[in-house]
Amino acid sequence: MGIDLPLVWAIIILFAVMMYVVMDGFDLGIGILFGVVAGKGDRDVMMNSVAPVWDGNETWLVLGGAGLMVAFPVAYSTILSSLYLPLVLMLVGLVFRGVAFEFRFKASDDRRWLWDRAFAGGSIVATFCQGLTLGAYLSGLAVGDSGPAHASVAWLTPFNVFVGVGLLATYALLGGTWLVMKTEGDLQHRMRETSGKLSIALLVVIAGISIWTPLAHPAIAARWFSLPNALFFAPVPLLVVVATVLLRRSLRHPSSHAAPFVLTLVLVFLGYSGLGISLWPNVIPPSVSIWAAAGPPQSLGFALVGALFIIPIILGYTAWGYWVFRGKVRPGEVYH
Amino acid sequence: MSSVDAILLARVQFGFTVSFHIVFPALTIGLASYLAVLEAIWLGTGRQVYLDLYHFWLKIFAVAFGMGVVSGLVMAYQFGTNWSRFSTFAGGVTGPLLAYEVLTAFFLEAGFLGVMLFGLRRVGPGLHFLSTVMVALGTLISATWILASNSWMQTPQGYQIIDGRVVPVDWIAVIFNPSFPYRLAHMVVAAFLATALVVGATGAWHLLRGRRGEPVRVMFAMAIGMILLAAPVQAFIGDLHGLNTLKHQPAKLAAIEGHWENKPGEAVPLVLFGLPDMEAETTRAAIEIPGLGSLLLTHSAKGQFPGLKDFPREDRPNAAVVFWTFRVMVGLGLLMIALGMCGAWLRFRGRLYLSKTYLGFALAMGPAGIVSILAGWFTTEIGRQPWVVYRVMRTVDAVSVHDAGQVGFTLALFVVVYLLVFGAGTTYLIRILGKGPSAGEGVHPTEGGPGQMRQPMRPLSGATERLSAQGAANGEWY
Repeated sequence: MGIDLPLVWAIIILFAVMMYVVMDGFDLGIGILFGVVAGKGDRDVMMNSVAPVWDGNETWLVLGGAGLMVAFPVAYSTILSSLYLPLVLMLVGLVFRGVAFEFRFKASDDRRWLWDRAFAGGSIVATFCQGLTLGAYLSGLAVGDSGPAHASVAWLTPFNVFVGVGLLATYALLGGTWLVMKTEGDLQHRMRETSGKLSIALLVVIAGISIWTPLAHPAIAARWFSLPNALFFAPVPLLVVVATVLLRRSLRHPSSHAAPFVLTLVLVFLGYSGLGISLWPNVIPPSVSIWAAAGPPQSLGFALVGALFIIPIILGYTAWGYWVFRGKVRPGEVYH
Repeated sequence: MSSVDAILLARVQFGFTVSFHIVFPALTIGLASYLAVLEAIWLGTGRQVYLDLYHFWLKIFAVAFGMGVVSGLVMAYQFGTNWSRFSTFAGGVTGPLLAYEVLTAFFLEAGFLGVMLFGLRRVGPGLHFLSTVMVALGTLISATWILASNSWMQTPQGYQIIDGRVVPVDWIAVIFNPSFPYRLAHMVVAAFLATALVVGATGAWHLLRGRRGEPVRVMFAMAIGMILLAAPVQAFIGDLHGLNTLKHQPAKLAAIEGHWENKPGEAVPLVLFGLPDMEAETTRAAIEIPGLGSLLLTHSAKGQFPGLKDFPREDRPNAAVVFWTFRVMVGLGLLMIALGMCGAWLRFRGRLYLSKTYLGFALAMGPAGIVSILAGWFTTEIGRQPWVVYRVMRTVDAVSVHDAGQVGFTLALFVVVYLLVFGAGTTYLIRILGKGPSAGEGVHPTEGGPGQMRQPMRPLSGATERLSAQGAANGEWY
């Protein structure tokens, strides 16, 4: 058997998580931006710009989780039980937000504020908890019966909070540039300004994590700063700077609509790649590799058949869904 | 706080979240097949009433599906957050089975669900019917994966334990484990029955209010017909399932029967009612029918089956609970059989839509199917204790190491959130049911767009139908 099953599954899961981050990222960002946009009309347009696609976006979260359980049961168990409270709070945030999506349009005018708050609050809680989770994951998790759970707030460190706030800025920028692409007029103008500020915040976040993690973890420092690695990986930070400059320029340019969003996607992808470079090939940082954590080959092989059959179909209908709803969202427009 | 508290809280949390969850898939399984039948009859006869009923129950299906997706997301994470040692140990078997369930659900969303919900005018009746059938089939396939996984935990086979982990060696044996066919059949028929009872109660409610339009009468008669057929079939499957349990999980069966010990050469009575006492090892205040236990379970006059005292104390499930959950399930099942038979008799007399007493009975039985499903699951899951994987892994060894305060906090959080969220959802469902089907259901498109009730079509994604169904609930259709 020539197939490296853990490697194939690691690629599938990495892909699913990245799809989740960029896609649910912008619609969580819409919720975060509810805080800076007050008018009902604008909020309606904002919500409508993601209404057709948001729950498809969350599909990838489930797929990533299920993939992890199949391929790396130890990692699934360790990560989920170590980060118990942030993950439960994230789920609660997502539930509230999902329901608010459905009921906000049904609510009477005097009740709508309630669902607005559920939507914004759910988005912020879910995003911040994802950031905490990511921070704790990057910092490394203890494996074993005695390890993970006892310290119930071990995840509440300055670094993890920094990553949590950083992810809020990241998703807000994804949401802001998404709205630049999907809206017009005053709302679009304001989103250009907000996104400009957020792009600085994102640069600070990326720089912060890039400096903090090698200082705290010698293995990550060795990965980046030893030769010849440093030469291979040097383009990553350089491209971050270039993309940020282009992003800020495009935001000022009134004729650019899709470019800011695309450039933000590039930034997020670069950041994601950077984290991947720091951690590879560990699935439970700092020391458990994908091969050490892999489940039995019988399990990985059996489930791979279904995954390879279904994932292309999901990609196909996702692309189709976005194609159907391309273009600007206008108030009062009728869809068919 | 002791770890015993933490384990109990973790079990209560799982029981609570899964009990909320199971209601929605059960309804979607039943409704999807019902919708396929309605559409088939509409295509065959061309009668508008079946299309109206289709559109009416499609709204309920859509909302139930959406709530199933949301509550299912939580379930997918519970295995890792609360039962990490179980997932580490048995993830090699349960992981792929659950993953296939997820993939099946996504495959459905990949096309057929969207077409089913929005596409009648776009694709034409033939393709639309195909989509409905595929969705119905998909819900059954989803159930198959989940029940394969659950049944494997009840009657595990086809695996080896290598380095302290379960390794599947024969997937056919894993999936088709001894209790799987019975549990699957029992659950699917239960879903059909629960749905029929909800449909019947909705019909009864409208009939009681004097709404005797054709859609109301047709759906009421269909529901009662389904109950007449399915309730006795369910009793038969339940009997087979019980015999299967006796063979593979005798301690569970002894607990269900409140049966403690055999006397040499004597037949086993059937304990109708009583209070099993785990400490005193007896069933108090028992009302027994001599010999019936032997007859029902061994199909012989003097046959014996193991009592709880044949098992070490630490291997006994809690009879005080499963004794009663089982009787709730069976009692409601008997009422369902009665509901079907009375309905047939009234139909024969031509009074099916008129008898207020009977309509009241049918209305009161509306939640009976859902309650029976929950009681049945409590029986089989609590009856499996103290094992999580029967005779392979104990529940105490499966739980994540969290302190009780933490698990208690998240449990309280889930209780509050679920009551709010699913309370709102259920209220909404009942409101649609209370409004009832109307002629020409869903053929009047109205204004939509940002801020309007009617939202852009959200084509092929999980909770799509919820929002749009809410639009459809206001008589809107694409």
